[in-house]
Amino acid sequence: MALLEVKQLSIQFEGVKAVQNVSFSIEAGIVYAVIGPNGAGKTTLFNLITGVYTPTSGEIKLDGESIQGKAPNELARRGVARTFQNLQICMNMSALENVMVGAHLRLDRNPFKAALRLPSITRRDAELRTESAELMRFVGLEAYIDARADSMPYGALKRLEIARALALKPRIIFLDEPAAGLNPKETIEVDALVRKVADSGVTVVLVEHDMKMVMNLSDRILVLDYGRKLAEGTGEEVRRNPDVIAAYLGTHA
Amino acid sequence: MKKNTYTGLYIVIAILVVLPFVLPNGFYMDLAIRMAINAVIALGLNLLIGFAGQISMGHAGFLGIGAYASAVLPTHFGWHPLLAMGAGALVTGLLAAVLARPIFKLKGHYLAMATLGLGIIINIVLRTEGALTGGPDGMPVPALGLMGFELSSDKHWYWVVALLLSVSVWASLNLIDSPFGRALRALHGSEVASQVAGVDVVRYKVSIFVISAVFASLMGSVTAHYVGFVTPNFADFFHSIELVTMVVIGGMASVFGSLVGAVLLTALPQALATFEGWETVAFGTILMICMIFMPRGLVPTLAAKFGKGA
Repeated sequence: MALLEVKQLSIQFEGVKAVQNVSFSIEAGIVYAVIGPNGAGKTTLFNLITGVYTPTSGEIKLDGESIQGKAPNELARRGVARTFQNLQICMNMSALENVMVGAHLRLDRNPFKAALRLPSITRRDAELRTESAELMRFVGLEAYIDARADSMPYGALKRLEIARALALKPRIIFLDEPAAGLNPKETIEVDALVRKVADSGVTVVLVEHDMKMVMNLSDRILVLDYGRKLAEGTGEEVRRNPDVIAAYLGTHA
Repeated sequence: MKKNTYTGLYIVIAILVVLPFVLPNGFYMDLAIRMAINAVIALGLNLLIGFAGQISMGHAGFLGIGAYASAVLPTHFGWHPLLAMGAGALVTGLLAAVLARPIFKLKGHYLAMATLGLGIIINIVLRTEGALTGGPDGMPVPALGLMGFELSSDKHWYWVVALLLSVSVWASLNLIDSPFGRALRALHGSEVASQVAGVDVVRYKVSIFVISAVFASLMGSVTAHYVGFVTPNFADFFHSIELVTMVVIGGMASVFGSLVGAVLLTALPQALATFEGWETVAFGTILMICMIFMPRGLVPTLAAKFGKGA
């Protein structure tokens, strides 16, 4: 059975059909890419699956369980993590604390025990600090372990989001344009990082415009255009699909 | 965070211990007690406003519930003052919890309006239920006693309040640097990011609202016993604004900022009394200058200037 199954998913914003009857499924352990021209509905699709938006119709199944309409925090509980195209970093916190927030659900969150600074809380927090620093090294942020989030450059913040998502210990991670705004060298590094994440056993779903990176990394690709599924298959299949060529290069190409 | 998290706390305790021996007379002692009480309230409010990023313009209402619980229950029903204080805190906590669910569906200006309305309603109830509360004239509050010992002298009050303040600072510092506190700061920093990380944002907003309301209610009871008299002004809109101002002037999301804000706003009206009739103007001018030149508040601005974390 597929890890994620999406059936006839649609959402409508006051007449605009941002995603229309999109169906696909993702096997566990693969890298799955969603591509398409600007405004094709890629980020909307991510927002639907991760609970930020509620679909107008359709079904989303994670490991057989229907999850459409569930809040993002409930999905987090089920091992769904994500990053954002427009950075969502907590600038009022340190870099390390941002990663620690990712582990929220694995901690004792009782405010009274915390206020009394019970040893069980501080011990776990100390472990988490070590663990989060380890994650920062994993994503290549060893230079920023003691940094404040608001003092970090854009490229580093993109990786910080990945580290925070990994702190959840996710089964499936949604990366919304991890290479957007990065220079070619940084893009290659992120490319390697995504590969590393996938190799660690996490299923990766990726929205990305950098075609080289997409072709390089992805086991399967979904192509969206005007909110509809245009094609789906391996990189080679998608590349040869006439509809895809038309959408990307114009009908007369 | 840092290893020296408690440095500020030790300084506060040191000041609190030395203060009564250097204060020249009863007037200053009284001022110090009121400063410390306000500091605890501001601290609770800062958890909500500064750390979690949620506004409350009706906190004086919760203060009022605590104060009136301590006045009405012992006077009319013969309750023990400590029991009355606990009952006030419980009622405040329940009220805050029930109302917070719908209120925290709102954000920004709408949230400010809703909490403002809540505070005003509490004030109106206290004003109009004259048979119990004495109406606009207020009512006396019996002394706070425990096992035959009655809290009456300013000296005793000072130590009680100093202890409360020290414990509150300690607990707040602990809370902020814990999974609960990080979740609060995260939902302030990016609500959607915190939610995706698993934070149930509504639940956290409700929790911290209840915690800070209970803080206010307990300190309302303490103030009522200390002053010995309560009036509805205690729970009015202007008092709510004053509390928010303490938090903002001192520095949002800064524990020690709340203390500085509370000390400043309690002391300023006294210090400006010589301006006779112009003191409100002078007061407002000082606040405006502070906000123009130090929009982040006194403590964070100064801490940044001298290269230390707030």
